[in-house]
Amino acid sequence: MTFFNRTFLAALALLAPAAALAQDAAPETVTLDQKVNAAFATATGPFVDLIFAPFPGTTFPWIVMWLVIGASVFTLYFGFVQFRFFRHAIKLVKGDYSDPNDAGEVSHFQALTTALSGTVGLGNIAGVAVAVGIGGPGATFWMILAGLLGMASKFTECTLAVKYRNEYPDGTVSGGPMYYMKKGFAELGLPGGGFLAIMFSIFCILGALGGGNMFQANQAHAQIVGITGDYPGWITGVIFAGVVFAVIVGGIKSIAQVTEKIVPFMGILYVGAALVIILVNYDQIGTAFGQIFAGAFTGLGVAGGLVGALIQGFKRAAFSNEAGVGSAAIAHAAVRTKEPITEGFVSLLEPLIDTVVICTMTALVITISGQLITDPETGRFVLNEAGTAIATIGDTSGVALTSAAFGSAIGWFPYVLAIAVVLFAFSTMISWSYYGLKAWTYLFGEGKTSELIFKVIFCVFIVIGAAASLGPVIDFSDAAIFSMAVVNIFALYFLMRLVRRELNSYAGRLRSGEITQYAH
Amino acid sequence: MTTKLVVGLDGHPSGERALAYARRLAELIGDCELVVGYIVEWSPFSFQTAEENEMRHKRREEEVQTAFERVVNPAIEALSGSGLKVRGVVRHGDVSDALIAISTEEGAEQIIVARTSEGGFAKRLFGSSTSNLVMSSPVPVTVVS
Repeated sequence: MTFFNRTFLAALALLAPAAALAQDAAPETVTLDQKVNAAFATATGPFVDLIFAPFPGTTFPWIVMWLVIGASVFTLYFGFVQFRFFRHAIKLVKGDYSDPNDAGEVSHFQALTTALSGTVGLGNIAGVAVAVGIGGPGATFWMILAGLLGMASKFTECTLAVKYRNEYPDGTVSGGPMYYMKKGFAELGLPGGGFLAIMFSIFCILGALGGGNMFQANQAHAQIVGITGDYPGWITGVIFAGVVFAVIVGGIKSIAQVTEKIVPFMGILYVGAALVIILVNYDQIGTAFGQIFAGAFTGLGVAGGLVGALIQGFKRAAFSNEAGVGSAAIAHAAVRTKEPITEGFVSLLEPLIDTVVICTMTALVITISGQLITDPETGRFVLNEAGTAIATIGDTSGVALTSAAFGSAIGWFPYVLAIAVVLFAFSTMISWSYYGLKAWTYLFGEGKTSELIFKVIFCVFIVIGAAASLGPVIDFSDAAIFSMAVVNIFALYFLMRLVRRELNSYAGRLRSGEITQYAH
Repeated sequence: MTTKLVVGLDGHPSGERALAYARRLAELIGDCELVVGYIVEWSPFSFQTAEENEMRHKRREEEVQTAFERVVNPAIEALSGSGLKVRGVVRHGDVSDALIAISTEEGAEQIIVARTSEGGFAKRLFGSSTSNLVMSSPVPVTVVS
């Protein structure tokens, strides 16, 4: 209960600066940013400390181990499902197993891309830069490993999300961890499912406000400032909040729909540009992978050494692909299928695309670009003055580091990246406003007033996120997202046998030919 | 054995010409059944928001109902005095693929559609769809101008 109380109090404390901000439209803008920053860091400190507490006598945060052990357990328990059913997942996305009579319903492709638009975003651009900036290129190795293992976590949670979703008489659906916790535990005759669902919903709301909102606003502002020159963060925040408000409260869906259609193309453009840079510098690919592998096991002089690279790699991978967090399960739950496990197979492609492909591209570009300063004599990285991260050309970090890395190869790309970052940030915010709202309505019931309260709080946090500095925002964002994983993975350990039952049944019917492809 | 003809409508006034031609043809054949089809253009590979996905099943039902009310049922009523057997079908999907699928399932002898030179939605629906249909249909296609 202490954990619960502290977290909840931290959440309440967060609302205090938000209220002050709304009343205090002071003309001294710089002071306002600093005030918001200080109040925010103080309010979130205890919560962040709890989530990132290290194992006694080490510097290793227990939460990172929690995620890795979870993903490894699911990988082993389901017999490396991410590799065994990889081809089948591709066929499902292509629609080979889709019943033609279900045309017009949500397809596997649509559920996957909707979930991806919530995860592909700043985690892939800014988060990876943070990982490589602090943990060195070696963090990339651990990030890829975490991505591959995370595929099994995603498979487990998304199968359950479809199996235990609520289908209402009007044809709408609601699903996610809170539903499978409650219904799944009841089915197994276990107590505590309802309590876990409430805990998860509270953390999901915090996650929506943190990683799904403040981090996005913060890094979008950083990217815009990099091009326009410095100006107060709250201005970006107010503009963003206004547009998000127009969509989620004003119901101007066309903005969200247009974004949903542009974002995939920005993603393709981003990967395309990264590929071009990597191919143009093909002679450095070997060196880059050399640094990634050497750094993964030696640290190459980065802050925290090997453990530093590992922690950063796992942390940023989890933050980027959200495997085990339970967020994407809410989006995947909307698919139309008679076999819940098929959505589990499809969802395992998500960490692959997000982390193994896109995050690795970013990491390779940063490594190849030479933005990270090395000692020419020893080949080891030079740390910045504070000794907290690798020194970079121009002293950049986060999204600015990625931007500088792309800009060093393609001069005009930072402008495209700025647009991409703003759009990614926006689409992630819209996705997370939905996840947060689902958790909110689970706790407080559906109704216009209840939903409006959440949406207004969500918009206020955009302003705070844009005004605060990166350090406290990223700490709170991580802590909020990972706290969801604490409850979710705990529940998955109990519920995974239900998934195995589904898996065995489906695999058997697939082998016997009972489940066949449709002729399209 | 009853001959079946599939008539593809898109809600555009030119559909009346296709319907009139199908009626004349059916009367000449004698023992003939008309299957009036309306296709709601839809792709499983489009991008949607989470909220759209949540509402999708409900929207689909509404789209089917609207298509029956506005296009298919009025067409069936218009043929009610002819003494012909008429049925309506509404599907989601690619227009030409779905019309071909209907004709295959029904064992139809022919597909009849109208050509439209109008812009906007109708053009999107039947502009390139008509040529796709003509190119890939396993049964004869009549395009009424």
